[in-house]
Amino acid sequence: MITVNDIYKSFGKVKAVRGVSFDAPDGKITGLLGPNGAGKSTTLRVLYTVLKPDSGSANIDGADVATDSLAAREKIGALPHGAGLYPHLTARENIAYFARLCGLDRSEVDDRVNQIVKLLEIGEFAERRTKGFSQGQRTKVSLARALVHDPQNIILDEPTNGLDVMATRSLRELILKLKDDGRCVLFSSHVMQEVAALCDDICIIAHGRVAIDDSIEGIRERTGCDDIEDAFVQAIHMVEPE
Amino acid sequence: MGTLLTVFLKEVLDNFRDRRTLGSALLMGPIFGPVLFAFVINLSIERSLESAETTLKLPVIGQEYAPNLVSFLRSRNIDAIDGPADTAAAMEAVKVGTHDVVLVIPEAFGEQLGEMIPARIALISDQANSDADRDARRARNALLAYQQVLAGTRVIARGINPRALQPLNIDQVDVSTPSGRSAMLLGMMSYFFVFAALMGGMYLAIDTTAGERERGSLEPLLSLPVTRDQLIYGKIAATCLFMTLSLMLSLSAFYVALKFMPLEQLGMTPNFGPSVVLAALAIFLPFILVGAALMTLVASFTKSYREAQTWLSVVLIAPTMPILIVSILTLRPRTEFMFIPSLSQHLLLVDMVKNEPINGLHVAISVASTLVIGIILTWACARLYRREGLLG
Repeated sequence: MITVNDIYKSFGKVKAVRGVSFDAPDGKITGLLGPNGAGKSTTLRVLYTVLKPDSGSANIDGADVATDSLAAREKIGALPHGAGLYPHLTARENIAYFARLCGLDRSEVDDRVNQIVKLLEIGEFAERRTKGFSQGQRTKVSLARALVHDPQNIILDEPTNGLDVMATRSLRELILKLKDDGRCVLFSSHVMQEVAALCDDICIIAHGRVAIDDSIEGIRERTGCDDIEDAFVQAIHMVEPE
Repeated sequence: MGTLLTVFLKEVLDNFRDRRTLGSALLMGPIFGPVLFAFVINLSIERSLESAETTLKLPVIGQEYAPNLVSFLRSRNIDAIDGPADTAAAMEAVKVGTHDVVLVIPEAFGEQLGEMIPARIALISDQANSDADRDARRARNALLAYQQVLAGTRVIARGINPRALQPLNIDQVDVSTPSGRSAMLLGMMSYFFVFAALMGGMYLAIDTTAGERERGSLEPLLSLPVTRDQLIYGKIAATCLFMTLSLMLSLSAFYVALKFMPLEQLGMTPNFGPSVVLAALAIFLPFILVGAALMTLVASFTKSYREAQTWLSVVLIAPTMPILIVSILTLRPRTEFMFIPSLSQHLLLVDMVKNEPINGLHVAISVASTLVIGIILTWACARLYRREGLLG
């Protein structure tokens, strides 16, 4: 369970996030939707604790991301936007490195890596060095790395970027599997259709603020648009640029 | 500690896999020095031996006016050969480098000698050309010797002991030992050791911040449940390991290279045996930490890999500056110098190569102050690694 409470974050004069609040409960997929530069990545970066909010707070299963960031990180698996791999290590070694950093025992590491390799269907290229991997293979390995310590909360920043149809579909299946497992999945996207197809709750943000935080039906109702794309555009216009 | 070790082992594996970078770091740095060194030294030895032994072919204009002088020159291993047509042509020939030095004997030479007027004679050379200058000096020395001989015969003819012309008998006593003489030349070695050590860790130091960021692996790494301190200490430890490897290679390469250099011919016997090699390694070890932390620190300010490389090439030069300044001013080791990393190591190494007793206090100050500076820099790296700006 991720709780975000009125966070603000500026970079110099740029006010990237201006009071974002939402909840991402366990057993549900929450979508963070917004146009480019709306503040999605900044919000997620605050949640996986690489940025500190200027004000406001957020917590992961009760652990505050600013004051208790180590505990918060223990409870999340994060796939940052454009996550890169170590090109000289094999896919398996990349995953195992993160597993060890997460504090798994030597014996546990192998078992856990094998599980995750199977789950994400990485086996075919697990022993290859990641240099020259396709975007789809890269994303899978990055995701495996993020999930290797079996986190309750999963944060994915634009995970489907650059993926082909097949890869997107298998990622979608995985996200649904995680949801059925009772995990909290929070992922961002700028593609309305993708979010609509997958999410239980959608939080649309624009200009660093929350426009609407509701289910798909709720969003359709409140914007008065049947077409989801129209609804998205309508929602964005509900926020004043600063 | 477990995290630190995990990071360390991963960086070591990663770096060993990167053959190209590793090759350039571990071969270029350590091998470059000794090869350059051997080349320069062999060249200078050849030159100096050559000039003493070989016959100097000296173009002389107007040989017919001074047959005695020409035969005297031949006794000094200087052969007169036909020179350019006239003085103007000779000057031009020296200017463009066809001849290094030309001797011009005017027609009036014999006449002036006979009348006891100082006989005019011209030696044309280019003093800006050090190679040519050596030949010119040799010719000049021969002419001075000829002058002594002539002066001697003149005073004997007047019944005076020619020794009256030599009131002074200068005895030049050189107290330098063969090891001491080699120190002047081999003092350059510490530059290569510093350089090799830094080269060995440069790639990893950049990778710690700019490299990880550019590859997009920094954010995933920072989102793991580990403290950033452990990450950076592990990375600095790996950087230190590769710097040490590079330094060890460089020391061994010099050890081997010196065996093949005919330094005895220059009157040098460097004290650079296995025990000195090990002692040098021990003395340079604290510097490794300073270098690793300094490079990591500088790289962490940069925005990209390329920018980091540019800045780190400045860092490569920085530790060699004190060495250079002290070498130019030929300052002797002083206690206060021992507080300066790289300089203290250089001075201690020079003492060892000279086979002079090593001052224990100097060693203690060098090790302690270098370590303290290294620890402070490492701490500063960790502080900077906690910044948000790290993400770029």
